Amino acid sequence: MNEARRSPKDAAYKLIGGRGGRVEALAKVTGRATYADDLRLPGMLFGKLKRSTVAHGTIESMDVDRARALPGVRAVITGADLPVRYGILPVHQDETALAVDRVRYVGEPVAAVCADTEAIAQRALDLIDVSYARLPAMLSVEDAFAARVRLHESPKFQGNAHRVVALEFGDVEAALAGSEYTREDVFYYAGSTHVPMETHATLADASDGRVTIFVSHQAPYYLQQILPKVLSIPPHALRVVVPYVGGGFGGKLDPFPDTICAAKLAMLTGHPVKITLTREEVFYNHRGRHPSLMWIKTGIRAGRIAAVHFKAFLDGGAYGSFGTAAAYYHAALQPTTYRFETYKAEVVRFYTNKPPCGPKRGHGTPQPRFTLEAHLDRIAEDLGESAHELRARNLIAPHSKTVNHLSVTSCALDECLRRVVEASGYAEKHGRLPFGEGLGLAVGCYISGAALPIYWNEMPHSEVIVKADRSGKISAYSGHTEIGQGADTVLSWIVAEVLGVAPGDVTLVLRDSDSVPPDLGSYSSRVTMMMGNAAREAAQKLRDALAAAAADALEAEAEQLAFADRRVFVASDPDRGLTVEEAIARAETRQGLLSFTGSYTPRPQYGDFKGAGVGPSPAYSYTACVIHVHVDADTGRVRPQKVWIAHDIGRCISRVNVEGQVEGGVYMGLGEALMEEMAFTREGLLRNAGLLDYKTPTIMETPEIETFLVEDPDPEGPFGAKEVGQGPLLPVPPAFVNAVYDAIGVRFDELPVTPDKVLRALERGSKRVGPRGVIAFPFPEPVRVEVPQDAADRAV
Amino acid sequence: MTKRVISVIVNGVEREILTAPERTLLETLREDLQLTGTKFGCEHGECGACTVLVDDAPALSCITLAQLCDGKRVTTVEGLVGEHVEVVREAFAAAGGSQCGYCTPGMAVMFHHILARAANGEAIDPRRELSGNICRCTGFVKILEAYERSTEIAQRRGV
Repeated sequence: MNEARRSPKDAAYKLIGGRGGRVEALAKVTGRATYADDLRLPGMLFGKLKRSTVAHGTIESMDVDRARALPGVRAVITGADLPVRYGILPVHQDETALAVDRVRYVGEPVAAVCADTEAIAQRALDLIDVSYARLPAMLSVEDAFAARVRLHESPKFQGNAHRVVALEFGDVEAALAGSEYTREDVFYYAGSTHVPMETHATLADASDGRVTIFVSHQAPYYLQQILPKVLSIPPHALRVVVPYVGGGFGGKLDPFPDTICAAKLAMLTGHPVKITLTREEVFYNHRGRHPSLMWIKTGIRAGRIAAVHFKAFLDGGAYGSFGTAAAYYHAALQPTTYRFETYKAEVVRFYTNKPPCGPKRGHGTPQPRFTLEAHLDRIAEDLGESAHELRARNLIAPHSKTVNHLSVTSCALDECLRRVVEASGYAEKHGRLPFGEGLGLAVGCYISGAALPIYWNEMPHSEVIVKADRSGKISAYSGHTEIGQGADTVLSWIVAEVLGVAPGDVTLVLRDSDSVPPDLGSYSSRVTMMMGNAAREAAQKLRDALAAAAADALEAEAEQLAFADRRVFVASDPDRGLTVEEAIARAETRQGLLSFTGSYTPRPQYGDFKGAGVGPSPAYSYTACVIHVHVDADTGRVRPQKVWIAHDIGRCISRVNVEGQVEGGVYMGLGEALMEEMAFTREGLLRNAGLLDYKTPTIMETPEIETFLVEDPDPEGPFGAKEVGQGPLLPVPPAFVNAVYDAIGVRFDELPVTPDKVLRALERGSKRVGPRGVIAFPFPEPVRVEVPQDAADRAV
Repeated sequence: MTKRVISVIVNGVEREILTAPERTLLETLREDLQLTGTKFGCEHGECGACTVLVDDAPALSCITLAQLCDGKRVTTVEGLVGEHVEVVREAFAAAGGSQCGYCTPGMAVMFHHILARAANGEAIDPRRELSGNICRCTGFVKILEAYERSTEIAQRRGV
């Protein structure tokens, strides 16, 4: 075993891997941390959005005169004022900020107003008269497939199929035919939404000849790509400031109508305009988990996974959003945990008349992961072997290529699996616990940042500036956003580690596009990997400059110097040294302004086929999880008792933050397994658009979580670090249903596992709860790709 | 129903505020007094982000009408005083009890309240006490750890 996996903290580092707290902890616990809605500017107006009351229809007429005439109303805009189409992905520019002629979901914005007070703005909305001619509402993939009416007109689409993926690696039919055992299953994963505690908010100001927005957003970089186009202003005339973000989870990544309307209203009135969404409106912005209907068939030969054929039908909602990526991610990350000898994936995403789905923690991968892991549990049972052994035998090897041409670097999944199986007693207890008690096992994998940018270019994905001056001040400039994941701490610790100072010695300059270099933002688990590498490079250059200056002064070689405790000194003779301030002054004297840059550009390796760009990453994180559940046969309630989870983090930068991400991922996965689901009426109205009705786990439903961090430094990560923000969610839902089966003998092939479903299954003596079949969508001939040579060699 | 002037002691200072009958305590604190530490989360009394103390008892300011606070004492996260303030800050920071931080002010107010009761000898079940405060980031593990730490620190300091 790699020795590094055992060591909790590498003694070579002062900070990296330690348990220190996050840099902004005090600001947050005192209430001083500022979020977008906390801001106000002189002369500020309040904006509100008028939203569609029908799921699908054409706008026959809209009368805004009465609203405009209300005293205190400063402006009213409609679709005609913001006609430019946009979308987060360049391939699908299918949105407008306000509906033009047609509405496609209940809650879609059709007009926006701003007024002197929020109450006047609210009254103005009631004075806008809209009449709709209803069209048939499509509320499921079955509806969308069967319907004649189309949500979007494009010759590229087959009916309402927004995106179709068909990829085949090797010959799956032949491999299935040559298998000793095959099995197929059908699964459904419900749609859920992020529920960040902070609702979306934008404060826009156009009073100085350009547009400034203060916005609750995960990726201001993408707003800078899209808003200038929609607002018809030059890109350099947009300034984006992102205060602390009160949770994102993927829900604050798209350009949203409220942001665009606030900017437009500020431009029209010359006043700052703030739009803060109500909790109900956050459910309409959505962009959460795609409901997904899935089918999988696997062939086993000599105990190995000879073939996997996977199909998925995604209910995408009314617009494209990140849906193309979600469809490809459904296909891409299953082969990263196991060696598949052949693999075929067919995925279709449909447009439906519901709030658009998009990227929620795990982005398109929790659904197929749920399917694969619950399916493998049954295969193991059929074959009469342990679910643990079946997995362990088929694990992907470190430094290898997957069947779909992804390059895996470090991988400690074997160790993760060993840890949770040992700690939980899975091998001894699974299948042997009394009725109502059960253990379930599953694994998962996630990317440490997408290797390819959304907007194609070859420029760096993260850039960091590290600066020092004669006052002794060291500053780090970065354009990442702090959404709770701990990115500010990662930046400060990396710079402090390299320079031998304390985190508090590093002044962070963040958030404001006027002063920070580009960073693609907080999504795809990319920040520690990419911003971290850029920060390390910039800090190292400053260190080299300080070392050169100090070496002169100390009459030593730069290579002999060490940096620690705010000093630069001769490593073999620590008394011979300078304070860091002295070293900075000497270096500034020698070479002028001490300002250094670091950049990180992934060097992706991927296959040569259409769709190969989704899935490549500088490194993959791995997770294994065992859950113990108790099922109450009288109430149908499933209570998770304990979760054991081991995560291959590469290396911890900030241990407390890494643990917090693992625990938060488990929590969110349990919410999706236990209770979270967006439910619609037949008219397409979201029935649970509020926290009274949309249930999320509280502290009472959240079990004890025992986290194991497996440290096997990755060659590409800063200090060896990989991602942790999303991966730990993935094994949780399948481990949960596998545990429920162990407890009561019922296979739940759909989520969430609510008490009514459990009770009904127990009353009827059902062995399975789940969808009966999938739809007969005519997938095109797949893109056929050869299995990579090294994967093929191992398969023999 | 008409607007009227209410007198509320907010964070130890008497404030006279003209307020409409439908105006909530949360709106009054955030918009009239610019005490933005108290957060708007759900507007239904479900998430606890807006928790403040009214006459020393926790209250959900988003469903508390401002006029009903006439003559009362209101304490927000900015106005917490006493020996437990430092205890809660230290414990939260050390345990990593805060991630995005949006639920944290409500949690901090609740911590302050239950530590005061614990100091009076009351047995506290932190899960039950915090069951009205939703956090979407932490999975609550580090929040419970922060509570354990704060009771330890409080005990050590005799507060």
